[in-house]
Amino acid sequence: MFEIVKKKVLADRIVLMDVKAKNVTERCLPGQFIIARTGEDGERIPLTICDYDREKEEITIVIQTIGASTEKMALLNEGDCFTDIVGPLGNPSEICLLENLEETKKKNIVFVAGGLGIAPVYCQVKWLHEHGVDCSVIMGSRTKDLLFFIEEMESVSGHVYVTTDDGTYGFHGMGTDQLKALYDEGIRFDHCVAIGPTIMMKFVCKLTKELSIHTVVSMNMIMVDGTGMCGACRLLVGDEVKFACVDGPEFDGHLVDFDLAMKRVALYKTEEGRKKLEFEEGETHKGGCKNC
Amino acid sequence: MDMLKRVPISEQDPKERAKNFEEVCLGYTEDEAVAEASRCLNCKNPRCVSGCPVSINIPAFIQEVKNRDFEKAYEIISLSSALPAVCGRVCPQETQCEGVCVRGVKGEPVAIGKLERFVADFAMKNGIEPKVSAEKKGHKVAVIGAGPAGLTCAGDLARNGYDVTIFEALHKAGGVLVYGIPEFRLPKERVVAVEVENVKKLGVKIETDVVVGRSVTIDDLMEKKGFEAVFIGSGAGLPRFMGIPGEQANGVFSANEYLTRSNLMKAYADKDTPIKPGKKVVVVGGGNVAMDSARTALRLGADVTVVYRRSMKELPARVEEVHHAKEEGVKFDLLTNPVEILTGEDGSVCGIRVIRMELGEPDASGRRSPVEIKGSEFEMECDTVIMALGTSPNPLISRTTNGLETNKRGCIVAEEEFGKTSKDGVFAGGDAVTGAATVILAMGAGKAAAKGIMDYFEK
Ligand SMILES: Cc1cc2nc3c(=O)[nH]c(=O)nc-3n(C[C@H](O)[C@H](O)[C@H](O)COP(=O)(O)OP(=O)(O)OC[C@H]3O[C@@H](n4cnc5c(N)ncnc54)[C@H](O)[C@@H]3O)c2cc1C
Ligand code: SF4
Ligand code: FES
Repeated sequence: MFEIVKKKVLADRIVLMDVKAKNVTERCLPGQFIIARTGEDGERIPLTICDYDREKEEITIVIQTIGASTEKMALLNEGDCFTDIVGPLGNPSEICLLENLEETKKKNIVFVAGGLGIAPVYCQVKWLHEHGVDCSVIMGSRTKDLLFFIEEMESVSGHVYVTTDDGTYGFHGMGTDQLKALYDEGIRFDHCVAIGPTIMMKFVCKLTKELSIHTVVSMNMIMVDGTGMCGACRLLVGDEVKFACVDGPEFDGHLVDFDLAMKRVALYKTEEGRKKLEFEEGETHKGGCKNC
Repeated sequence: MDMLKRVPISEQDPKERAKNFEEVCLGYTEDEAVAEASRCLNCKNPRCVSGCPVSINIPAFIQEVKNRDFEKAYEIISLSSALPAVCGRVCPQETQCEGVCVRGVKGEPVAIGKLERFVADFAMKNGIEPKVSAEKKGHKVAVIGAGPAGLTCAGDLARNGYDVTIFEALHKAGGVLVYGIPEFRLPKERVVAVEVENVKKLGVKIETDVVVGRSVTIDDLMEKKGFEAVFIGSGAGLPRFMGIPGEQANGVFSANEYLTRSNLMKAYADKDTPIKPGKKVVVVGGGNVAMDSARTALRLGADVTVVYRRSMKELPARVEEVHHAKEEGVKFDLLTNPVEILTGEDGSVCGIRVIRMELGEPDASGRRSPVEIKGSEFEMECDTVIMALGTSPNPLISRTTNGLETNKRGCIVAEEEFGKTSKDGVFAGGDAVTGAATVILAMGAGKAAAKGIMDYFEK
């Protein structure tokens, strides 16, 4: 049912897939996510929707292999099927809602995308482009080999700034450095959307607070059900407890407690590491490394 | 045979079972079941039936057990209940049918629940299935949620010839039966999956991975997809937290998360989904959910203490569950309430500060509410805290459906008799209406709504 119709390797450990998911495409919008599973007892993995085609009933997802479950998914090929895909989950991005379009058009919007965050940002920029809103995009990664979607992004935005931390491509520096540089050139934004690693979003928010730019971030918390049932995805936003899956995933970045979020995301690191090793090396990896 | 006493039932040894996830209660053998059935007085005015939320003809099925016609006994139960193997295991019979059984006046009530379980297990083992019937009525009904309420409503409608589709948010049908209640109390493959299959055999279609309110709305189902009536059985899945300092720390879990990881995702069997079992676990709460969390943590190797703010007498969990938990080695710290969760430098739980409570004067409801004893705070060391404080309905459906009324606790407002809501053609029942309750009450509500829906079409 959830057949993979296209698979493409975007960069080291990052693959893109177009998947049939008619339960998702009827109502999905940019900013929402899905949960996917492979195998009878597969883990439920949240993945942002990076594009969708309502007519073909397909969604595009981008997977970075960080644990055993994502590794399993990345090994699937065209013609294979996911066991489950459920969605769309979470709230659509506010600037990509038709009812807000007039408001959105008045804004000077900048996106800051880091690493895997480039894919969901593309989805939003594309929607805005299709609805007559042009915005600026700063997209970056650690190094050139990890960059993807440059052409795609340029086809939907007239102002794309590419950065790499090591200077192997584009602007030498981080997204925050590029944003600061644009500010120094006199460009004024009044709405920022930052999507990427939590640490990156934290620093973008620190800067945009100084520059007084309202900033929205998309939080990648640990999730189980994605429907508000378990509370695994909770985080503090302005001292209030929020569930990322139902209240988010997008929040006011100036209110998010990033340090707490980073600790929570690290919770299963050792378990995941162990499962990944087990998956790669087989049953031989049990005990001995002190994590097992 | 002492007719005042029940035929004893065999259970796994507490020491043994504290380390595994196999079922605790092993069930009656045929001879034991027949002997227990012979204790039933076959009352003219059976009180047990009035104590049963789905009015199973209890004396009739018990007589068939006595006659060793187990298939007939199953047929009788099936007329009223779609999930007998589940109910026989998890219903609070002591406060329902067995609570009012005449035998209980002088001695022990008839073990109705254990007999129900025996009959249902016999049917499963021998491949006996519920009878499919009826000419097709051609009406399309959507059921939201594949928990006990939804499954019962769908089963009853299908049995009467309606075209029913269940939409379920998770990847598996069963609701709390698959994600909440643990394997050692309710085997998933052997019992729940088989009963879900039986509902499908009645003609019910189950579409998993559909979150109503997100993938599709109720308004769409009715206006665009041709469903003429809808039953909402979406349960009460939203976990409550205490709002005390430290609650967001790593190592604090809602019971729903801990149990879902272990049960639905089978972390207990070391499948893909990780779980942090904890070495020293404190479970906060005193209901069935708290007992299930405690006994799960115990089986995953932890030292477990249940902290509850009232006394043993007020513990809302089933007596049998508390008894089993104690036997297995779960400790209880009663009249104690958490005030803060303590965290170490890395942001993980390292303890919990609690305060002693005493029971004050009875309040309006007659319950004696606990009050703090000043200056009695102390700390307990632990690395994991599981919050089992109850749940409320998820607001997703009510927020996305026009004209659906809810009360201030977020529960959908529905008439008790037939589950009618404020929206025409929409019915509701189970935990979504009552807040967290029981399997059998949810089934009773599903049944009532099925009747309401059939009446709706007849008009
Ligand atoms: C750990 C635990 C132990 C328990 N032990 C007992 C016991 O021993 N005895 C007893 O009688 N009761 C017990 N209960 C209570 C009992 O399980 C519930 O009262 C009962 O399951 C309620 O049934 P329901 O059908 O109303 O809801 P649920 O069983 O909660 O089912 C609701 C279903 O709807 C789905 N759903 C929710 N929202 C949507 C949506 N938007 N779209 C599609 N699907 C949706 C959910 O995924 C779920 O599958 C226990 C509960 C828990 C959590
Ligand atoms: S009340 Fe007890 S003795 Fe009487 S019919 Fe019911 S189970 Fe039998
Ligand atoms: S993932 Fe379970 S509540 Fe958000």
